[in-house]
Amino acid sequence: MASQTLQSVPAEPSPARDEPSPEDAARLDAEGQAYFDKVMAEDSRIEPRDWMPPAYRKTLLRQISQHAHSEIIGMQPEANWISRAPSLKRKAILMAKVQDEAGHGLYLYSAAETLGQPRDQMMQDLMDGKAKYSSIFNYPARTWADMGAIGWMVDGAAIANQVPLCRASFGPYGRAMVRVCKEESFHQRQGFEILLELSHGTPEQKQMAQDAVNRWYAPALMMFGPPDDDSPNSKQSMAWNIKRFSNDELRNRFVGMMMEQVKVLGLTLPDKDIRFNEETKKWEHGPLDWAEFHEVLAGRGPCNAQRLERRREAHQNGAWVREAAAAYAEKQNRKQAEKVSAA
Amino acid sequence: MSTTPETAVSSGETGGHGDISVGVSGAGASGDGTASATRITPGNALRPEDIALAVSRGAAKPSEDVAEFALRLGDDALILAQRLGHWISRAPELEEDVALGNIALDELGHARSLLSYAGGLDGRSEDDLAYLRREHEFRSAALFEQPNGDFAVTIARQFVVSYYQFELYRRLTSSTDSTLAGIAAKAVKEVDYHRDHSAQWVLRLALGTDESRQRMIHAFKVIWPYVDELFRDDELTGRLSEAGAAPQPSSLREDFDRLTGEVLAEAELEVPNVQPSPGGGRRGLHSEHLGYILAEMQVLAREYPGASW
Repeated sequence: MASQTLQSVPAEPSPARDEPSPEDAARLDAEGQAYFDKVMAEDSRIEPRDWMPPAYRKTLLRQISQHAHSEIIGMQPEANWISRAPSLKRKAILMAKVQDEAGHGLYLYSAAETLGQPRDQMMQDLMDGKAKYSSIFNYPARTWADMGAIGWMVDGAAIANQVPLCRASFGPYGRAMVRVCKEESFHQRQGFEILLELSHGTPEQKQMAQDAVNRWYAPALMMFGPPDDDSPNSKQSMAWNIKRFSNDELRNRFVGMMMEQVKVLGLTLPDKDIRFNEETKKWEHGPLDWAEFHEVLAGRGPCNAQRLERRREAHQNGAWVREAAAAYAEKQNRKQAEKVSAA
Repeated sequence: MSTTPETAVSSGETGGHGDISVGVSGAGASGDGTASATRITPGNALRPEDIALAVSRGAAKPSEDVAEFALRLGDDALILAQRLGHWISRAPELEEDVALGNIALDELGHARSLLSYAGGLDGRSEDDLAYLRREHEFRSAALFEQPNGDFAVTIARQFVVSYYQFELYRRLTSSTDSTLAGIAAKAVKEVDYHRDHSAQWVLRLALGTDESRQRMIHAFKVIWPYVDELFRDDELTGRLSEAGAAPQPSSLREDFDRLTGEVLAEAELEVPNVQPSPGGGRRGLHSEHLGYILAEMQVLAREYPGASW
């Protein structure tokens, strides 16, 4: 059991010190592990400079960077409608929302960078197809109503997933999530409002809204990840206080939330099997097509190729700009250094 | 002569630049049904909804001349916002997705305020004006319609626009039309940021690498033919100037030339030696680009007449 006097052990020996001997390294690891275990037991927070098990670091890096990639790729289906937003107010809200997503990507990449991987590398992994992002963004945003369905259902599912992450044991991730969740909550409300307006509009508009809800329902439920009995990483993540609730638990909770809200919209969910189980006191939903989920995850979804190509294109088109900015900064630094040495 | 909407305040009272951290989420969290996503200034900054409300209550009504002038400025801002919005998700860096998105949002906010006010003349809403007018009824200058091109062209266009708009809005803050003055007081602070953003990029690109320098030089050549039109006086601006409602466009030129000249000099660039385009947007004579911009922007309004969104 961890003692009261345990201190955080720095992840890296300070550069001033020599490379520790194997005995010292082993001792530091043991002390680090003890501190880490204590933090987990107390449900407290690990910070970037603390020692952490390599697998914890790896898991977080994968999860946070995937989350960041999802924000960045997730900009595309909505950016697709900025130029065609049907009112200026909606256009302003949509622009602000997609811009928020870029901001979320930035916080998350920054949080991931504290684990030791530069943003450029993460971006490269995304463009090389080595890193994953949420499969939901590989579906097309066909109509304006999709802006409503994405906000209400996709962002709604994201919130259900992310609110517990505000308490994640890794400090920078938890703190980033606090801000992300605040903005997501605004995003969800604007999505709901779009659908509400459509469902109370002309019959054609109502149909457009229902069609969007029908298309986004199952992919949104699958955002919570595979069923619990098929989710190999969940158990460890829960032990590490990264994940707080199981995939199915969150999914069921989300279904319950949507069931209430869909009534206000005057629309229906495309699932005849949704029911509240009086015994378990939990919502249940009909079967989901997990084969499709795995297809899309494997890169065979409707928009996988398009989304990645668009990211690569933007990155390549911007290469000369980034080079110019770096060259200019370097020249400025050199000038500054010359000034200082002349003085 | 119009009156100020109740909520309009002068720039002095809002204290400095908007804090974006209280912007979008703040507006949403307030539960205020009229809150705008474009509201980046905390406090009592003038929002498009405030103007629409003041207009509908009859508390603010533009003269015919002021309405026409507001239409010009509103269309400039709207068309530019439409152009800039395309960069969101395509910028060279995530930080620029955010920055260009912000500028687009600011411009769209100005457009909404100006169009709401212009529509006060005959009861048309900002959306009526944006979505239901035809090409020849738009009053934007050719510069704002110019394609984004590469990042350098977008920056060159933004550089010219922001220095022009800054001089214009700065003077409009003392307009005898208090609504116009209120809109300008909010806009000028935002446009000041746009100047900073574009000037910094002009320096980076012009003094960065050989390639970026060549692209920046080329971009200014592409954009500069459309500069002159911004500073042309006509009968409308003559009457507005006489009434103290707006400056003559030509009166902005000296400051524009001096301030842009300082940045260009630091960037070791020269004003491109190109012939000016005759323009004509203020009279509804547009470049070939506007038709496509409107076709895209107006598609839903045209496809579902009478629907509200």
